[in-house]
Amino acid sequence: MTLLDASPRRSDSLRSPVSRLGDRIFSGLSKAAGINILIILAGVATFLVVEGRAGILGDTEEMSGSDNFLQYVGPLVFGTVYAAFIALLIAAPLGVAVALYISHYAPRRVAQSLGYLVDLLAAIPSVVFGIWGITVLAPIMSGNVYPWLNSNLDFLPFFSGTLSTSGRSMLTAGMVLAVMILPVITAISREVFLQTPRLHEEASLALGATKWEMIRQAVLPYGRSGVISGCMLGLGRALGETMAVAIILSPSDGYFWSVLTNQNSNTIASNVALKFPEAYGLDVNRLIATGLVLFGITFLVNALARRVANAGFSGADG
Amino acid sequence: MTVTTGALSVGDTSPGFVARRMPRWIEIAIIVVAVGLALLVPVAAGGFRWGWALVVGALSYLVLVFGTSRVLEDRRQSTDRVMRVALSMAFAAVMLPLVSVAWTVIREGASRLDGTFLTGTMRLTPEDLLAQREGVAAGGALHAMTGTLIITGLAAAIAIPLGLLTAVYLVEYGRGRLARAITTMVDVMTGIPSIVAGLFAYALFVIVFGPGSRTGIAGGVALSVLMTPVVVRSAEEMLRLVPNELREASYALGVPKWKTILKVVLPTSVAGILTGITLAIARVIGETAPLLIAAGLAQETNLNPFDGRMTSLPVFTYYQYVQPGIPTEAGVARAWAAALMLVIIVAALFIIARVLATVLKPKGLR
Repeated sequence: MTLLDASPRRSDSLRSPVSRLGDRIFSGLSKAAGINILIILAGVATFLVVEGRAGILGDTEEMSGSDNFLQYVGPLVFGTVYAAFIALLIAAPLGVAVALYISHYAPRRVAQSLGYLVDLLAAIPSVVFGIWGITVLAPIMSGNVYPWLNSNLDFLPFFSGTLSTSGRSMLTAGMVLAVMILPVITAISREVFLQTPRLHEEASLALGATKWEMIRQAVLPYGRSGVISGCMLGLGRALGETMAVAIILSPSDGYFWSVLTNQNSNTIASNVALKFPEAYGLDVNRLIATGLVLFGITFLVNALARRVANAGFSGADG
Repeated sequence: MTVTTGALSVGDTSPGFVARRMPRWIEIAIIVVAVGLALLVPVAAGGFRWGWALVVGALSYLVLVFGTSRVLEDRRQSTDRVMRVALSMAFAAVMLPLVSVAWTVIREGASRLDGTFLTGTMRLTPEDLLAQREGVAAGGALHAMTGTLIITGLAAAIAIPLGLLTAVYLVEYGRGRLARAITTMVDVMTGIPSIVAGLFAYALFVIVFGPGSRTGIAGGVALSVLMTPVVVRSAEEMLRLVPNELREASYALGVPKWKTILKVVLPTSVAGILTGITLAIARVIGETAPLLIAAGLAQETNLNPFDGRMTSLPVFTYYQYVQPGIPTEAGVARAWAAALMLVIIVAALFIIARVLATVLKPKGLR
């Protein structure tokens, strides 16, 4: 029995060879840091709830615009999701195409530098994208592209309505958001595309497939879950993006489907950025409450993205 | 030549087995034709414009490649060629905004990035305001630059130790449910929208300083919430790359675990960790929204992060653009100069990260 008693202790002492005071202090410190992360996150949720509660339950007479919280946050949620969705619609195909180009088409020697260039896009501060969007992109689009969309495709509800002459419309905001989230999608897609087993690729080519057929048969199925989770992470980024939208979009109150007019549903983040500096009293609490809603939405999207990513490369089987 | 079933023709080896390929000169001819169309069509449609030339050139090249390949080769080859061209064009299209942003920021910002900008604040004297009306450069961003330094410094002072220790815990100590919970929560933290971090810091410091307070420390806390998960992620990745043999060798020499981590594990991964930290700083230094909420806007230098509003460079950029004052051009020019300054800082941090990664890499791996 003594032998059995001794064995767990022996293996234990193998894992942490010599136990000293310094050891206990250091492991305690690092554990405390880890627990601190949990506390901070709990703190974020708690403080938003504490300060936001009055904004949801408080007397609407004391706030500007005396509708209840759901009426207030509804158009904002719509605008947030709509803008992010437009951004994803543009960025997802483009991002995957760029990832494919870098991983499979670009010359080996420059491929890494090209990836670096795309990453640089993610490094540009959002406020710079904002003023670039309104001074460069918006005039180009409203001068050349939007009139064409408006006159030829106005049977679609998205492209109808009175054209915004300044280009401060939902589509411009969505395009700038697309540029901002594209590096996220590209980075993750590129990584999974590069992980495609060489044997799959070579088998496909050996059977006579052209390069594009090989990509469709081997690379895309293998990278599917990675692409999806990259897109979801990009979506999460677009939902929370603030300054570019705040600078570019010309907001109105209500639900608007058209993406070319001056009347657009604002996004939650942009609404907070625009109103917070001048807000006082219960309005502040209401803005914090909308922030809580945004936190909830991005949390859900990111959780979904992680679930897809953790499901692994199931595409490899089918 | 007697039996010919489909592609398999006995006695004749040239067709069928060898795919027909488009001759090289046709590929060149296609490029020439596409460039010609790109130059001619916009002129014919009323005035040459670069944008139209690019669009027409790209589209006609795509169509020509598809058409000729379809005629001279087969359907599969033409699809392959078109996809190759389309993917390259997608990459070029994505480079357009990058080039455009860089070019615009330099063109608009360079003129006003002068001595006055680097040494002055926005506390403008009546003489300054008069001079500004006559188009003389006035007003600067010194207060915003010191603000950015202080706020980012505070954020780094919180986030780096916290993030590093957490990464050490996750890699060296963490087992079981607590470690899993922390990993998940770091993921959640990565996804926090920046403005929510700002609202959190505001809500936290309202309790300390009273309602309506905006301070540098609140901005620093907001940024640290955004920075910590980035530091944890990159440091964790780097620590996991350290070979276990190194740790075992150290244990075998009787070195305690904490000393092993400090003297063996961390120095081995120092290049990657410092690179990660630099990139994390680059990520938060351009954040506008949380500082707009938590730190606010001031017109002159404030060196005390615990008292009063503190301007940062991104917030300065934003306000100079949306509330430029009179005349508008002066404010907008300051906004672009600040934007250029920001881009330069971020680019410098990126270059530093690259240099650190190569210089500090352990000798064996270089």
